[in-house]
Amino acid sequence: MASRKTPLHAVHGGLGARFTDFAGWSMPLRYTSELAEHHAVRKAAGVFDLSHMGEIEVSGPEAGRALDHALANEPSKFGVGRARYSMLVHESGGVLDDLVVYRLAETEYLIVANAGGVQVVGSVLRDRVDGYAATVRDASGDWALIAVQGPASAAIVGDAADTDLTFLKYYGITPARLADQDVLLARTGYTGEDGFEIYCRPAAAPGIWQAVSAVGAPYGLLPCGLACRDTLRLEAGMPLYGQEITVRTTPFDAGLGRVVVFGKRGGFVGEDALAARRDAAPTRVLVGLTTAGRRAPRPGYAVLDPGGESVGEVTSGALSPTLGHPIAMAYVAADCQEPGTKVLVDIRGSRVDATVVQVPFYHR
Amino acid sequence: MSLPADLRYTSDHEWIATDEVSTVGITAHAADALGDVVFLSLPAVGSTIVGGRPCGEIESTKSVSDLIAPADGEVVEINEAAVAAPEVVNRDPFGQGWLFRMRITGVGDLLDATAYAALIEGA
Repeated sequence: MASRKTPLHAVHGGLGARFTDFAGWSMPLRYTSELAEHHAVRKAAGVFDLSHMGEIEVSGPEAGRALDHALANEPSKFGVGRARYSMLVHESGGVLDDLVVYRLAETEYLIVANAGGVQVVGSVLRDRVDGYAATVRDASGDWALIAVQGPASAAIVGDAADTDLTFLKYYGITPARLADQDVLLARTGYTGEDGFEIYCRPAAAPGIWQAVSAVGAPYGLLPCGLACRDTLRLEAGMPLYGQEITVRTTPFDAGLGRVVVFGKRGGFVGEDALAARRDAAPTRVLVGLTTAGRRAPRPGYAVLDPGGESVGEVTSGALSPTLGHPIAMAYVAADCQEPGTKVLVDIRGSRVDATVVQVPFYHR
Repeated sequence: MSLPADLRYTSDHEWIATDEVSTVGITAHAADALGDVVFLSLPAVGSTIVGGRPCGEIESTKSVSDLIAPADGEVVEINEAAVAAPEVVNRDPFGQGWLFRMRITGVGDLLDATAYAALIEGA
C-alpha cells in the first residue's frame, strides 16, 4: 500500500527532504542534518509538519461527561480554550493511545491522537460514548498540523499572525488568523521548548508553512523532520507511544499516574484495573539513564545490575545532541529506580556503565 | 551526487582506493542514508579483517550499522580525526571522512563507479 502524503509533501520535496515511512505516512525524516535541526529548535526555532497526527472531534451536550467516562482524566473540568495531556486506557489498564485533548467550546472537543492510533481511538471512543448525547467524528482529513517550536517561536508565530501571543498560555488554544487563513493556534508541543501547534485546513497548509518560514528565517528557524523530533522529545523526557507506553503498560508504570483522575462521577473505563495498579507495589518503573562513552543504548537493549543480572530493558535512547552524552529511558526493576543507582547496559555485547537519573534530561 | 571514478565500491556501500596501502570509507549515499554520524567504532590497527564480514560500527543519531570489510587484509591505520569528530563522514565521505587503511591480502568482486551508480539508483 502506498504511503499517504500530507498537504505539504511537495513543499518538503522542494526543500530536499529525505522521507521516511511512519505509521503509513511518507514524512520528512530530515531536510539537511538532524543535528542542525535539533540545535535550531533548542536555540532558535524549527517548523514541523505533523499533519499525520489524527484529529477526532467529539461534540454534543454530553461530550464532556462522555469523555470523562472514556478517558483517564476529566475533560468536563477543562476550561474552554484549554488542553490537557490524556490517555485512552483499556479495561485492563493498558494504554491504547496517548492524546492531547483540547476543549474548543462548552460542548466541543478536539482530540489529537498518534497517527498509528487514530483508528483505534476513533472506534473505541465511538463505543464508549454510546448512550451519551455526544458524537465522535474522525476529522483527520479536515486538518493539517504545523508545529513551530523553540525559544523564538512566540516571536515568529506572533509576527506571522500579527498578534501579541502573551495571552496564550502553555496548553491554551485559540482561534486566530494566520497568512489570511482561519486557524486554531495552540501553545503545545513535544520538544521541551516553548512552542505552538497550528491546526489549519489542508489547502491552507502550504501558505502557512511559507509564511512561518519567511518570518522565521531571520531568527534561524529551520524546517525540521521526525529524526530531530525524536531526540528533542527524548531529551525532554516525553514518552513515545509504542516505546515507553503501550497496551502492556499502565500510566503508573510510565510514571504518568498523575494523568489518571479517580472518583469521577459514573467512573471510567479501566478504573478498577488502574486503582489496583495504583495501590500495588510497582514491579518495574520507567527511569532515565545516562551512560559512559558515546555509544547510545537503543530500544530493546538489556539493563543489568552490577552483578550482570537482567533488571530491565531500554525503550528509547540516543546520543543527546544538546548534552553531548548518551541518554535513554528504560523500564527497570523497582529496586533500581533511585537516581544514582549504578547499572549496566548491554550495548551489542559490551557492558557499559550507566546511572539512573531524573527525567527530563534537559530543562529549558 | 558524483561518484569518484578512481575508486572501487562494494554493495555494502563502502569505497576503497586500492593501492599498496588501500584506503576505505563509506559512500556519500551511505552517509546520507545514515544521517548524522555520531560515533565510529573502527577495527584496531594490526587486526586482520575478512572481506564481507563486520569489522566495526557506524552509529548515527537514529541507527547503528555494521561496517563491512571490503576485502581481506590487515588494518594499518585508522582515521583518528574522524573518530574524534565523526561529522566529517557526512561532510566529506570520499575525502577527509575516510575510515581506515589496510594492506589487502585478498579481494572479491568490487564494483566500479558505473556499476555502483546503477546499484544505488536501482535501490
